[in-house]
Amino acid sequence: MQQVSELLRIEGATKIFHMKPMLGAAHEVVALNNISLSIRPGKALAVVGESGSGKSTLGRAVARLFQLSSGTIAFKGRDIAGMRSRADKLDYLRSVQMVFQDPFSALNPAHTIRHHLERPLMLHKKLRGEALDSAVQEVCADVELDPSVTLEKYPHELSGGQRQRVNLARALAVGAELIIADEPTSMLDVSIRRSVLDLMRRMKETRSITFLYITHDIATAQFIADDIAIMYAGQVVEWGAPNLVISNPQHPYTKLLLSAVPDPAIKLDGTGAKSFASEAQAVRALARKASPEVVEVQPGHFVRKFDAV
Amino acid sequence: MTDKLLDVRGLKVDFLTAKGLFTAVKGVDFSIGRGEVLGLAGESGSGKSTIALALMRLHRPPAIISEGSISLDGEDVLAMTPERLRKWRWSSVSMVFQSAMNSLNPVLTIFEQFRDVIVRHTGVSTAEARARASELLALIGIPQSRLDDYPHQLSGGMRQRVVLAIALALEPKLIIMDEPTTALDVVVQREILQEIVELKRKFGFSILFITHDLALMGQFADRIAIMLEGKLVEVAPSAELIANPQHDYTRRLWSSMPLLTRA
Repeated sequence: MQQVSELLRIEGATKIFHMKPMLGAAHEVVALNNISLSIRPGKALAVVGESGSGKSTLGRAVARLFQLSSGTIAFKGRDIAGMRSRADKLDYLRSVQMVFQDPFSALNPAHTIRHHLERPLMLHKKLRGEALDSAVQEVCADVELDPSVTLEKYPHELSGGQRQRVNLARALAVGAELIIADEPTSMLDVSIRRSVLDLMRRMKETRSITFLYITHDIATAQFIADDIAIMYAGQVVEWGAPNLVISNPQHPYTKLLLSAVPDPAIKLDGTGAKSFASEAQAVRALARKASPEVVEVQPGHFVRKFDAV
Repeated sequence: MTDKLLDVRGLKVDFLTAKGLFTAVKGVDFSIGRGEVLGLAGESGSGKSTIALALMRLHRPPAIISEGSISLDGEDVLAMTPERLRKWRWSSVSMVFQSAMNSLNPVLTIFEQFRDVIVRHTGVSTAEARARASELLALIGIPQSRLDDYPHQLSGGMRQRVVLAIALALEPKLIIMDEPTTALDVVVQREILQEIVELKRKFGFSILFITHDLALMGQFADRIAIMLEGKLVEVAPSAELIANPQHDYTRRLWSSMPLLTRA
C-alpha cells in the first residue's frame, strides 16, 4: 500500500447552498470557498471561526453528510466522493466519527449508556455475547468512566461532561481514526471543559487518533491542536502551526480575533469602543472578499492575500 | 445615604420539591456600590441565576425566599407591594438575559417592544416613545431604520444590543446581566462589552454581571464573587482575585480554563 503522510486532504473544497426560503427570493450561500487543508495522522487540526464562517459545514463535508459543489476530500489518498461500494462507504463511516456540540441531544434519552456503546460494536465489529460485554467495559474505561456505575444509567442521569465522554467512547468503540469534534466543549461547564480537552489530547497522543477540532475558542485550539486554520466567510484566511499563527498573526481578521480574546490583565475602560466597532466592521468587509492568492509567510505558516486596510 | 446601591444580607432561596426542601442559595451577603460592576461566577447549578431572579423578585414557585433581606437604594425590596414592584422593576432594576433570541418577542417589531416598556412605565404617547426608542438605538449603534424590523431580521449581536437598549430605556440604577454575551463570538462580545462600559460611564448605573468566563470577568468587573453550591466562597477586587486567589475552588476554576498564551 502506498504510504501517505496525510490522513485527510481537502483540496479546493467549495460548497454552495441554494436557498429557497418560503418568504423572500431564492439566493445562494457560499458556505465553503475553495478550501485546501490537510491533516497528518495522529495530529489535530483546529478550525477556528465565528458562527456562520463555514467551520461546521467543513466538518459535515468531511463526515460525508453532503456532497461538495466542487473540490475533493481524500481520506488516505482516496477521494471519498468516489466511494461507491457499500463496504467502502461503511469502512469510511467507521473510520471517521463525529462528536457534536450538544451532548444532550446526541444521545437517545430512551436508552441506557450500555445500549449506546453496544450498537456501534455490534454493527461495525459484529461482536456478540461476552466479547461484546468486555469491549463495552473497555471503551467505557478508556474515556475514564466507571463501567460499573455508568453503563446502566440513562443519558439524563449523567452530567454534560460525562455525556460527551460517552460520545467519544462511541467513536472509539468502532475504531475511529479521525474524530470530527464540532465544538465539543462549548456547552460544558468551565470546570469540566478542561478534563474533556485533556481526554481528547490523551486520545491523540496515546492512541494516535486524528482530530478535526472545530471551535470558536482560539485558546482551546492552541491547547489541543498541532495545526490551526482561521476561517471567515467560507474561506481559510490564515493557517499553520498554532504558535506561528498566534504569535505572528498576518491577516487582519486573525489579528482582530486575537485582540478580542478576553485577557484578564487588560481592564476594559470603554475608551475606543467606537473605534473598535468600526475597525471590526472594516476587517469583516475585507475578510469577506474572495481571494485566491496565498502567501507563505514562513515555513508552515500561510496567509490568504488581502488588500491593505 | 451610603455609597452602597444594593445590599443583600443572609439571602436564602429554597425550592420546595417533591423530594423535600432544596436550598439553592444558602445565605449570601454582598453589596454593589454605585457605578460598580460586580461579577458573579460559578458553574451551572451553583445558584447564580437564582440570585439574579430573586433580586428582582422574579423567582417563581417552587422557589421561595425564606430568609434574608434585599435593599436597593435604601428601599426594602422584599416588603414591596405587587403594585410598587411592577413600577419598580425595569425603572430601578432591569435585566439582560443570556439568550437574546428568547427575550425578544418574535411577533413584535423592535419598536413595539420598546413601546411596551416605555409607555407602560411612563405613560407617554406613542410618538414620544418612538423618539425615545430611536435615541436608545442610536446609543448602541443601530440605525433607526431597524426600528420596524422583526427580531429575526437582526443578527445575534444586534439582538443582544436591542435587549441592552430596552434595559437602559428607563435609566435604571442597576442592570443585572445574566451571561449576556455567552452565545456571541468573541469579536462581537468585545464590541458589546466596550459599549456597555461606555454607557455605564455616561449614565452611572451599576451592574451585576453573571458569567462563567473568568477571563472575561477579570476584564470587565471591579469586584468578583465566586459561587459554589449556593454559597459565596470568595469575594475580592478583580485584580486581587486573579493574582492571588484564596479559595481552593477559585484556583481550580482558574486552572480549568486553557488561556491563550501569546509568545
